[in-house]
Amino acid sequence: MTGVAVHLDGLRRTFGTVHALADLDLSISPGELIALLGPSGCGKTTALRILAGLEEATAGRVLVDGKDITRLPASKRDMGMVFQAYSLFPHLNAQQNVEFGLRLRKRSLKRAAEMLELVGLSGFENRYPNQLSGGQQQRVALARALAIEPQVLLLDEPLSALDAKVRVQLRDEIRRIQTEVGTTTLFVTHDQEEALAIADRVGVMKSGKLEQLAAPAEVYLRPATPFVADFVGISNRLPGVVEGDTVQVLGTKLPLVGTHADGAVTALIRPESIQVSPDPSSSAKVLTSSFLGSLSRVTVTVDDHLVVAQVPSGDLPELTQGTRVRLTISPLAVVVE
Amino acid sequence: MARVAFRWTVLTVMGVFFLLPLVAMVEFSTRDPETWPLLLNWPKLSADYPALAVGILASLAQAAVTTVLMLVLLVPTAIWVRLRLPKVRPLVEFLCLLPLTIPAIVLVVGLAPVYAWVNYFVGGSSITLVFAYTVLVLPFAYRAVDTGLSAIDVKTLAEAARSLGSGWFTVIVRVVLPNIRSAVLSAAFLTVALVLGEFTIASLLHRTNLQVAIEFLGKSSATVSVAVSLAALLLAFVLLIVLSIAGSWKGKKS
Ligand SMILES: Nc1ncnc2c1ncn2[C@@H]1O[C@H](COP(=O)(O)OP(=O)(O)OP(=O)(O)O)[C@@H](O)[C@H]1O
Ligand SMILES: [Mg+2]
Repeated sequence: MTGVAVHLDGLRRTFGTVHALADLDLSISPGELIALLGPSGCGKTTALRILAGLEEATAGRVLVDGKDITRLPASKRDMGMVFQAYSLFPHLNAQQNVEFGLRLRKRSLKRAAEMLELVGLSGFENRYPNQLSGGQQQRVALARALAIEPQVLLLDEPLSALDAKVRVQLRDEIRRIQTEVGTTTLFVTHDQEEALAIADRVGVMKSGKLEQLAAPAEVYLRPATPFVADFVGISNRLPGVVEGDTVQVLGTKLPLVGTHADGAVTALIRPESIQVSPDPSSSAKVLTSSFLGSLSRVTVTVDDHLVVAQVPSGDLPELTQGTRVRLTISPLAVVVE
Repeated sequence: MARVAFRWTVLTVMGVFFLLPLVAMVEFSTRDPETWPLLLNWPKLSADYPALAVGILASLAQAAVTTVLMLVLLVPTAIWVRLRLPKVRPLVEFLCLLPLTIPAIVLVVGLAPVYAWVNYFVGGSSITLVFAYTVLVLPFAYRAVDTGLSAIDVKTLAEAARSLGSGWFTVIVRVVLPNIRSAVLSAAFLTVALVLGEFTIASLLHRTNLQVAIEFLGKSSATVSVAVSLAALLLAFVLLIVLSIAGSWKGKKS
């Protein structure tokens, strides 16, 4: 089975005075997995629900496989959806839940067992939702959504109610299954790590619009705007000077993302591109250091600026408070504003 | 120690308060050994006390029709309001609870002119009371159904079902109803119990039912009248027990 192309064309949705979506354009290629990433209230769920037909757009069109389905009711849309809230039918067991869509379509029920196997739940057929863990319930929900061989798979923060370990495991599994089945997929999340790990392309949303739509590495390494940079975890804002296509920050020349007029700017530098090493002759001093596991976080004061750096925890003993240190910045492209 | 004594005093007083009339009824209705066997002998009962038989049949029919009417009107409305019109929910709730705040006797004053029309169009049959009874049971039935709906995430379940391809009818019949079955059952049992016990409206609108017949019979044959009251009470009691068993049986499954 191959996926279909999806186009969201100038989608707008207002609730009273709130603009949940403001002219959202998004094209998803057949079989692609796009993650919509953004802060709470930026309109991710609204976009997904409009695509599913559960919400009406104030303006704009939804095209699936070239056909305009904007006015089609949800029940006729052929989309599999996994919700953030647990949505299994409580009166049906796992198997019957997966069979639900198949029965409506009068398809062979054999597929239900195959789907449960695909999500690793063979042997759990007779369990009722309240006898399943949260992760298992979301797996059944995924199997149920995939069983009907939907044109498009929609996932609205399906992992947010799960604990960190199950989340990572199930996320990888969703990716494996999606690649295997090849269904065009839209995955909504507010967890940047999740989005970067799972998606072919990541769409970062802000106030009902896409700020950037690009491959995970691109979004991470070359965020298009300060908002995106901030959202994918770049927390240092340091003064710099632009000269042509480079920017000088803390004495290091770095390549620039995009273009900017020459002159004084603020450069956005991620903590992991800053290396810290003891240097008694330096004027920079360690202010605090905190152990976070295999990596640790160190804050350094340089000429009245605070710089956050991520360092291997092995280096921590020699980076105690007050240690004079030298900062080196990796020559990765940086965003300026 | 004092608290235990207090508890037992309260329980005893309450027990006596509730049980004494029942015990008295049992004692009174068993003075004549013929009375109870008579209740199980329908041909003889309807031959000896035709008015009572008519009343019993009228009440059973009223209970059945009221239950159906209530379910057909209330359940889809309650579901629909939750799914599509959450804003009008307080209004619907208020309307449904309104009959509770109006005494039956006041209700009759309002119903009398309405029933003048009912008489004119449908006739004076006792079954026409079901319209009034449907209004009367609304507060209890609504509460029961609404509690059932609160216990499940109706909106998400409906959306999941719709995205899987079900239309609204399938959503209600195959997804929502099975999950509020015990609530609907409670609503039905409460309706039956209430209708079987109703006297004021039937009497004041000059129609017959079980309670009206019992009251009438009380003047001529007190023993039978008391025995029938007791039997009606037992039936309501059994219904309520079945209701609570149905509730806990559902609880075990989910
Ligand atoms: N039914 C509604 N009525 C009124 N406002 C709504 C409704 N649904 C969403 N909104 C508003 O629209 C905006 C976008 O909501 P949406 O649910 O799409 O956000 P989101 O990006 O999914 O956020 P989150 O990450 O918190 O789930 C929010 O400001 C929200 O308050
Ligand atoms: Mg959301």
